[in-house]
Parts: sequence; C-alpha cells; structure tokens
Amino acid sequence: MELFLQQLINGIALGSVYSLAALGLTLVFGVLRIPNLAHGALYMIGAYVTYFALTSYGIPYIVAIGISAAVLALIGVIVERLVFHPLRNAPHTHHLIAAVGVLFFLQSGAQVLWGSEFREMPSPFTGVINIFGLNIGQQRLVVIFASILVMAALYWFLKKTVPGQTIEAIEQDRTGASLVGIDANRVSMMTFAISAALAAVAASLVAPINLVFPTMGEALNLKVFAIIILGGLGSIPGAIVGGFALALAEVFSSTYVSNAFSEAIGFLFLLVVLAVRPTGLFSKGA
Amino acid sequence: MDALGRHWKKIALAVIFVISLFVPFFVQNNYFLGVIILGYIWAIATYGLNILLGYTGQLSLGHAGFFGIGAYTVGVLTVGYEFPFWPSLLIAVIASSVLGFLIGIFALRTRNEYFAIFTLGVGFVIYLVIERWEGLTGGALGLIGVPYPEGIGPIQFDGPGSLYYLILGFLILTIYIAWSIANSLVGRSFMAIRNSEELAAATGINVGRAKQLAFAISTGVAGLAGGLYATYIGFLGPAIVNVPTTFEILLYLLVGGMGSLSGPLVGAFLVTTLFQFLQQFEAYRLVILGPLVVIIIIFFPKGLAGLWHAAETRIRKRMNKNPAPDESSESAKEEAR
Repeated sequence: MELFLQQLINGIALGSVYSLAALGLTLVFGVLRIPNLAHGALYMIGAYVTYFALTSYGIPYIVAIGISAAVLALIGVIVERLVFHPLRNAPHTHHLIAAVGVLFFLQSGAQVLWGSEFREMPSPFTGVINIFGLNIGQQRLVVIFASILVMAALYWFLKKTVPGQTIEAIEQDRTGASLVGIDANRVSMMTFAISAALAAVAASLVAPINLVFPTMGEALNLKVFAIIILGGLGSIPGAIVGGFALALAEVFSSTYVSNAFSEAIGFLFLLVVLAVRPTGLFSKGA
Repeated sequence: MDALGRHWKKIALAVIFVISLFVPFFVQNNYFLGVIILGYIWAIATYGLNILLGYTGQLSLGHAGFFGIGAYTVGVLTVGYEFPFWPSLLIAVIASSVLGFLIGIFALRTRNEYFAIFTLGVGFVIYLVIERWEGLTGGALGLIGVPYPEGIGPIQFDGPGSLYYLILGFLILTIYIAWSIANSLVGRSFMAIRNSEELAAATGINVGRAKQLAFAISTGVAGLAGGLYATYIGFLGPAIVNVPTTFEILLYLLVGGMGSLSGPLVGAFLVTTLFQFLQQFEAYRLVILGPLVVIIIIFFPKGLAGLWHAAETRIRKRMNKNPAPDESSESAKEEAR
C-alpha cells in the first residue's frame, strides 16, 4: 500500500509534466492544424535555458523558469514565422516534414553548442517531506503545484481574456473569426509562443528530477503525441486527462510489470486506441 | 534535333547504366566503393517510401522499422539459425511486406496526421522490441557476423566488388518495379488517391485496398533494403531501426523529389555521398540538414527532380515553340500533384 501511494504521487508529478507539454502541442494542433514534431526539441531547449540561467547567472530557480518560458516563447514565434507561416497552405505532409527539419536543427544544435553529456540541474527544493509515513521529494510537490498553477492560468487566459478568446475563436471557426476581424497571423504567433513556453515550463520543472541532455525531448516527443491522440487532437481537457493517464500507466507498469514494458505501454495503448477509434478517444469528430 | 530531344532520356539512362557497370574498375578504393554501395541500399529503401509518400501521398514515419525487420530477419536467420542467405532474404521481404499489410489494416483506418503519428508509434514499438528482445536480436549489442550471400553458380560474393553488382542488380530491379507501378493502372490509382481521396473513391477506386497495397509494397521494399544492408555491413545494431533513420530516408526522398522516378536514387545517392565527404563536420551534419529540409519543403517541395523538370520544360519551350504531343501529356502527368 505504501509503495502504491508513493508511486501514485510520482505518477501525478510525471503526469503534470506530460499534461503541460501535451497542452502546448494540442493547442498548436487545434489552432493551426500543425502536428509539431519539433515540440520535444523546444522542451529540451527550455530545460537548457533554465539550466544556464541557474548555473551561469545564479538566477533563482522560479525566476529562471520564467526567463526560460519567455525565451522559448520568442523561439516559438520565430519558428512560426520562418517555418510554418510560409507553409500555411501546403499539404499536411509538408508541415510534418518541416517540423522534422526544425527538430534536427534544434537537437543537433544543442549537441554542438553544449555537448551531449548529461547535466544535473540544481534545484533549491531538495528536501523530503514526510506525510502520513510517505517520503515525498519537495521537487515533486513543486512540479505538481506549479503545473496546476500554470494550467489554471492558461484556462483563465483562454476563457477570460480577449487575446485568449481570439485563440479559441480561430480554433472553432477560422473563417468566422476572420470575419469578425481577428488577425489570424497574430493568433498563430501567440499560439506558438504559449506552446513553446508551456514546453519550457514542463521541462524546467522535471529537469531536477531527471537530467538535462540534448535528446531528452525525444522520448517525450512521442509520448506527448500519444497523449494528444488519445485525448483527441486539439482537445485541451483531453491533453490533461491523457497526460495523467499515460503517466500513471507508465509508473504502475514499471513498478508491477517491468521497465521495458512501461516504456512501450504508451505506444501500445496508442496503437490499440487508434486501431479501434481512428480519430482518438475524445475527438469531437473531424 | 527533335529525335535527339525525344530520345535523350533513354540515351542518358544507357550512359548512366554503362558507367554504373564499370564503377568497380575505376573505383579501386574499397572505402569509396562502400560509400557507393550504401548509397544504392538507401536508394532502394527510399524507393519504398516513394511508393507510399510520393505516389500515394501517405506519410509513414515507421519506414525504418520495416527496414529493420528486413535486416533483422536476415540477421537472425543467418546468424542465429545458420540459414542460407538467399531464402533468408526472401523471407525478410515477405515478412516485412506481410507485416506491413497487417499493420496497414489498422494504420490505414487513420488518415493524414493520424496516420503519420500511428506509423511513428509502430516504428518506435518495432525499435523497442528489437532493442529489448536480447535472446533473439542481441539487444543493444546487436548481431555480429551476418555472412555474405552464397555464390550463385560460378559467381561468388566474397568482397565489395562482387557485392556491388549484386546490390546494383537489386537497385535496378527496384527501379523497374517502381517504374512499372508508376505506369500501371494500380500506380495511377495510387496517384489519384494522392490528389484527392474523395475523387478517387468517386471514380470507383477501392481507396482502402489501394492504400493497403501501396503500404505493403513500400514496407516490402524497405525490408529488401534492410536485408541487403545486413549482409553488406555484416553487423546489425538497434540504432539503425530507430526513428532518425526514417527521417534520413525522408530527407533523401525530399532532396531527390517526391513522386518522381529518379528522385529516390538521386536524393539517396547525393546525400549519402555528401555526408561521407562532410565527415569531418559530422557534428554539424544535422545542424545544416535541418534548415535544408525546411528550405526544400518551403521553396522546392518537388526536390531536384522538380527543379530539373522545370528547367527542362523551359529549355524545350525555347528550342521548340510547339512542344511534341507526347511531351504535353507527360508534363500534365507530373504536374498532376
């Protein structure tokens, strides 16, 4: 029972990271119909920015995460302008291929600039808290609370502010939104900025538990795609539910079955779901 | 002039064929010969992807997985079970194409992005299985000592020179298959699906079955390339099956030109040889390649074949104000995208 609860908390912490990363991906897909295969690479760059802000400039952890989010938002806008904007009328395969190009560039760029060694990110939250006989790392609690906070902020932004509502409007009906004077270009840039910033926050939160290295986004990339397909491409609640579901499935199968199986479970689940429902579990229909 | 103009393609092909026959005589350096052989093997794999992506318009991101199934079938059968090479290669092609067909039943229920991501998942699961099934595949250590093919009659395959001809033969066979498909009713139905699935269905094409066929052919060709890779390299590691290999094959196709007959050969050959000469910049390889992919897909989505075709049309227009009748139908075919 103790092991179960311990792993439950680990699963929730991992799930909040997955959900944050998946939210960014699903937002870009919902608004722009772009399956951004470079999302994992943006996630990785986000971890590096936080790492260097912490170690080279001695900026406090929470502020460093904020800086990383801002830098990645800028990179997101640049990627949107240079790569995806010119392709907005191209067939969907071209988006995927261009995203692969961005992925190559960012991942190998990180390797050239910063080397391929694994780096440990120092976090001020190193203690362990004892609750009801369970030992919980402070960092895991920080991950959970920060993620909930960011998700709440995102929800508030999308539902209660005008710029956020323009994103939702474009997502629901592109033509209708343009008719009432919403600038699709601005919304595209904003969506990419938010998406990359969410990836940066997710990576910076989990990096002290895992490690920072150039290919850290590779496995996550596939996982977030599995998540948003399970949740229905473009669905925000789907991304959150999918993120937690995958993380819990992974954590418990690695505890009770085997490590190798836990790595594959997400994809097996994904393949089964797609085989049964080709447009995802919660999709609203194409 | 007109006769030369009309036949120059055949003449050029004949010249290239003769040159390719004599390559081992003037490339005495085994290293360079090896580079060329690998270029041919990747070209075969790229032809496989072209049938699915170029002709049928379906992006599979699991291509390396099927390449790996071909390679590991040959590897496991020859090393683990001491099977002869030739039946192993046959089994490899059949296995990868049957598996492709079966996976296609489910994969092709999905469309567009879903299909790409589904196949990405398939490719990754194949990679995981190969990496983790240590008893069969040697796991992360891989398989060592995949033998060269047994001789056929008086021909012995005992070194790069003879293997060169073997793989050249398979390359020509692959190109011939791709050419026959492109010019057959089946190939036309693939292209109709690429241009518009709804329209294709409306003209009476069984879209599901055609896509499934394209997928099975594509994975079978990938398996053939994998089997040849196994015997030529002699060593197999799981890395070759992983997703980046798919991306590299995609790059070859992109550079050469999706949907063209010469594209896979030109792209695979050019990019792999270029990589070899850029080896001292190994670390920067993908830093340059990434933006290159983006530039190609934005500005030259038809690759080198597209550029060549555009240049050719321009020259012809200048030379001859009234293009020959077969020319117009040919360009219409290629413009169909």
